[in-house]
Amino acid sequence: MSVILVLIFFSLLVAAGFLAAFLWAVRTGQYEDRYTPSVRILFDNDKETEK
Amino acid sequence: MQISEVVNLKEGTLCYHCGEICTSLDIHIGSKVFCCSGCKTVFEILNEKNLCKYYELDKNPGISQKQLDSAVKSRYSYLDDDYIVKQLTSYSDGNISICNFTIPQVHCSSCIWLLENLHKLNPSIIHSEINFLQKNLNIKFSSEDISLREVVELLVSVGYEPQISLNDIENKSKYHSNKSLYYKIGIAGFCFGNIMLLSFPEYLSIGSDLQSVYKQIFGWLNLALGIPVIFYSASDYFKSAIQGIKQKTINIDFPIVLGLTVLFLRSAFEIITSSGPGFIDSMTGLIFFLLIGKVFQSKTYDALNFERNYKSYFPIAVTIRKFGIRQIIPVSNLKTGHRIIIRNNELIPADAILFNGNANIDYSFVTGESISVPKVSGEIVYAGGRQRGPAIELEVIRTVSQSYLTQLWNKDAFVKKDENRFNSLVNVVGKYFTAAILFIAVAAFIYWYPRSLHTAINAFTAVLIIACPCGIALTNPFALGNAVRILGRNRLFVKNASVVEKISGINSIVFDKTGTITKTGDSSITFNGSVLSQHEQMLVKSLVKNSTHPLSTKIYDAIINEDLLEVESFIEHSGKGIEGRVDNITIRLGSALFAADNNKILLTHGDKPGKTDTRIFLAIGGSIKGFFAVNNIYRNGLESIIGSLKQKYALTVLSGDNEGEKENLMRYFDSEKEIRFNQSPHDKLEHIRALQKKGRRVLMIGDGLNDAGALKQSDAGIAISEDVSNFSPSCDAILDASEFRSLNKLIGFCSAVKRIIILSFIISVVYNVMGVTLAFQSEISPMLAAILMPLSSITVVLFTVSSTSLMAKIKGLK
Repeated sequence: MSVILVLIFFSLLVAAGFLAAFLWAVRTGQYEDRYTPSVRILFDNDKETEK
Repeated sequence: MQISEVVNLKEGTLCYHCGEICTSLDIHIGSKVFCCSGCKTVFEILNEKNLCKYYELDKNPGISQKQLDSAVKSRYSYLDDDYIVKQLTSYSDGNISICNFTIPQVHCSSCIWLLENLHKLNPSIIHSEINFLQKNLNIKFSSEDISLREVVELLVSVGYEPQISLNDIENKSKYHSNKSLYYKIGIAGFCFGNIMLLSFPEYLSIGSDLQSVYKQIFGWLNLALGIPVIFYSASDYFKSAIQGIKQKTINIDFPIVLGLTVLFLRSAFEIITSSGPGFIDSMTGLIFFLLIGKVFQSKTYDALNFERNYKSYFPIAVTIRKFGIRQIIPVSNLKTGHRIIIRNNELIPADAILFNGNANIDYSFVTGESISVPKVSGEIVYAGGRQRGPAIELEVIRTVSQSYLTQLWNKDAFVKKDENRFNSLVNVVGKYFTAAILFIAVAAFIYWYPRSLHTAINAFTAVLIIACPCGIALTNPFALGNAVRILGRNRLFVKNASVVEKISGINSIVFDKTGTITKTGDSSITFNGSVLSQHEQMLVKSLVKNSTHPLSTKIYDAIINEDLLEVESFIEHSGKGIEGRVDNITIRLGSALFAADNNKILLTHGDKPGKTDTRIFLAIGGSIKGFFAVNNIYRNGLESIIGSLKQKYALTVLSGDNEGEKENLMRYFDSEKEIRFNQSPHDKLEHIRALQKKGRRVLMIGDGLNDAGALKQSDAGIAISEDVSNFSPSCDAILDASEFRSLNKLIGFCSAVKRIIILSFIISVVYNVMGVTLAFQSEISPMLAAILMPLSSITVVLFTVSSTSLMAKIKGLK
């Protein structure tokens, strides 16, 4: 019986972890610009080769 | 090597920097040809700092430098003013400053790359980051080493001139994100998912085998997870419902909130008393779906600004001359009597009298008419015009906010919030819906009460729960949200989803003429008749110089001859033409009859009104020489659009110009009453208001700042713009001028969307009737609720999204 409760407790904990990650992502503004980073990431690769 | 370079340089080569066709090959570095020295300079700057990767990321990514004038250096001297610097800086601690600039020219990945590598151009810039969709540059720089002015000048030197306007200073709160909506949806999704899992045993009806202690623990867990959803995630619905009640209206949120409250209370009661599993799963699921709908509906176009007023375009500072000393002051401090100096390409911020210099004012901002108007000393120049030519000096006669044009924004159409005027269909339905379900719920209670109080309460709450109008509430976000996306693909960008509904409800359409149904800046002028000698050309040019009539300016610009003669006894006969004596010869210019001085015998050359052009007849010394034909170029497909729109809507044209185009317009429109000329910005606004008083719902289609009042007053205002990211007055929607020909399709689509919404309402009401029938009999199980509510929601979502997309296909939209 108690094994189920332990499982539920841990599943909630894991899910809460993902929720926290999502809230953090929103708070730090990662949803505000959903286009530029996709372009920018390509430049960063090039910069490495420049050096 | 030398030879291959020569081979590469052939006519029609594109500018290496901006991609414009080069008219000559004189300006080049090696094999790289530039269209102007400005472009070459930018290349040199970038080349020196090893930033030529700019040209590798995208082909010819630069911004043409042709328009830039040499006086650009002094143009930013106002940025030395401490007050202005302070207003433009969003953060400063003395050493480091952070500024945000809007840079409309940003268009490709090269732009992003260069603007984020500004620190390589000048090490005093610490960091720069661009938001491509908002065209916003966030720049962090060491304010000890570089001034704001130098930063702006650096941007200008590489071709990215930031847009700095009065609006940036007076209204700093720019972009507000919908972060809290994302928080709410995250929490609702988390709780909903977990509650579903915990409720599964209940769905599979293995409840009987389950030990009751599990049931109880699961119930309490559900309740605990449900609390943040109803109190936090759903808080906007509660706020909206309460606000509605305060304004003595019942909106669609009211029955939703009613259903949610009853769901929560009954569930809490069942769980606490261990009498049942409750409906927390349905409740959180409903809230989760509603919030998803909200996100779907909130599709916005970040780079476009629908709230612009004159402040977004007016400069923030102006050069004044005081006791012979030039000084730069913020425009807001400008007072009557100030002497202002306006350089080439600068905007006149307030009504003023021309004091000195050759004014050549371009009012395209205001009227959409791009042909500039010459002014002579002593004439009044209205705010909003742009000087084209050498610097002029003016004396301010009215302050910025009291000027002819800007006064418009003091009108009450701009003061009152337009949201209150518009009553969305869903709220109208919501009102009746609430009344109906309250009635049924009470009826159920009364019906069951004699038998058992318990059953009566059960039936009462069950009705309120099952009748919760989730289907109706989801219809609007999904139908309109999808419509907004479809319209966006067809280059009609709407401010928000309710605009689609506003457009669907109109029954009158008012057009502006210049720049809206005619093409901006396109008009051709030809002279038909006997060939004019150099002297005759000179005579005509001298005469028309005195007239500010747009047609006169067109003729003035068309005659290349530079020399001018003195004009004696110049008379302008309003609506007929102009006459004057030049070099002792009488010249008459105007309508056929006027030019011939009512002498019909003289009329020989094509005296019938032109079919597509405006004809200005010329008589020199009493004999008709011929006529100037001005072709106003109407937008492609105007005839078919007007033809199909006039079947359904009452059409009107409001033109700021005189009646010159009347005959041409009459070909498109049926009666004279539909076309009004000489309309001031105020007249346009008042005309719309008058139509509305007659019970008409008006769609205004305009383009310039002079239409701003009418656009605001109308039920729905669409601004036509040649370049959507560049200029448009405040409006509900912006239509790309290239898609003007599909205007009737777009309006038809909006009406179709409304019909889809109504159909969808019917579908969800059918679901509700089914549910309520069962609930009335007090036969509602959590299982049933858990199936019926998502099912109705999913049906509605699928129906609205697929039928709006299908409708777009039928209408021939992209």
